[in-house]
Amino acid sequence: MSSLWIAIVAVALASAAFKAAGPILGGGRELPPRMIAVMALLTPALLTALVVTGTFGEGGHMALDERALGVGVAAVALALRAPVLLAVVLAALVTALVRLLG
Amino acid sequence: MTDEGVRDGGGYIAGMRTGLPFALVVFVVAISFGVLARSLGWGVLAPIAFSVTTFSVAAQFAVAAVMGAGGGVFLAIVAAVLLNARFLPMGVAVGPFLKGGHLRRALEGQTIITTSWALAIRGGGRFDRAFMIGATVPQYVAWVAGTVVGVLAPVVGAGGFEGLGLDAIFPAFFLAMLIQDLRSGQKRKIAAIAIAAILTTALVPIAPPGIPVLAACGAALLGLKGGSS
Repeated sequence: MSSLWIAIVAVALASAAFKAAGPILGGGRELPPRMIAVMALLTPALLTALVVTGTFGEGGHMALDERALGVGVAAVALALRAPVLLAVVLAALVTALVRLLG
Repeated sequence: MTDEGVRDGGGYIAGMRTGLPFALVVFVVAISFGVLARSLGWGVLAPIAFSVTTFSVAAQFAVAAVMGAGGGVFLAIVAAVLLNARFLPMGVAVGPFLKGGHLRRALEGQTIITTSWALAIRGGGRFDRAFMIGATVPQYVAWVAGTVVGVLAPVVGAGGFEGLGLDAIFPAFFLAMLIQDLRSGQKRKIAAIAIAAILTTALVPIAPPGIPVLAACGAALLGLKGGSS
């Protein structure tokens, strides 16, 4: 089995296990309010980390490149309440255009 | 029971409807994943099998990023597992609202994805189970279909993925979800975002892939501070 397939099987099993474990652990009882407050902040914290690594992360260091412009334009579009699909397509379009011209 | 059944039926459909626009976005992101996987020489079957079995934008892109950068298979798995560790606390939170015994809960838990989970939040720590499951269905179909389109699309040279700006789609997508989450804003959320951004930025150059994202989760511990805001 190639290393790629090992990765695919391992990641698939791990994902399924994580998704199964939470509901079993959290089933049938109410969570303490502090736990819920932590949960509420977990999503924005995670999303922020994914945005930062996806926009600036470049193989182990931070880089300011065309992606930042693309994602920046998407941010402006979203702030103006543009649909998510439009914002995402704009991000790709701007990034590709700047690369083409740069 | 009947009442609950009727309400649940409405929840599934409402969830699907809300999930549809996200499915379109997921479709585009999935195409970018397919193109990337193809440009890395993954062939046709492997990326599709990956999307069918894992269905995680972040984890699949992480594996592609680590292996594409020449990282070993072990590092790739660790990065993806760390990213997907978020499903554990998310599942704990939604757990009380799922149905049945351990097996059924475990199966219903498979429909937990970041978008649907966030969309199903009903305030006060409550979740709309049917809405979450309904919202996941169209996104799953779109993720698999988009991957198929991506791997079969003619790849524009080896630089096709970056040449088309497809690497900007994934962060823009998560930014959109972040802004959506912020609409129910509170000061503490902004603080958590700031801390998460600083932690990630500081750790990317020094920590292995996946660690910065997991460490950023620590910003959520702000919730332990007393008060209700």
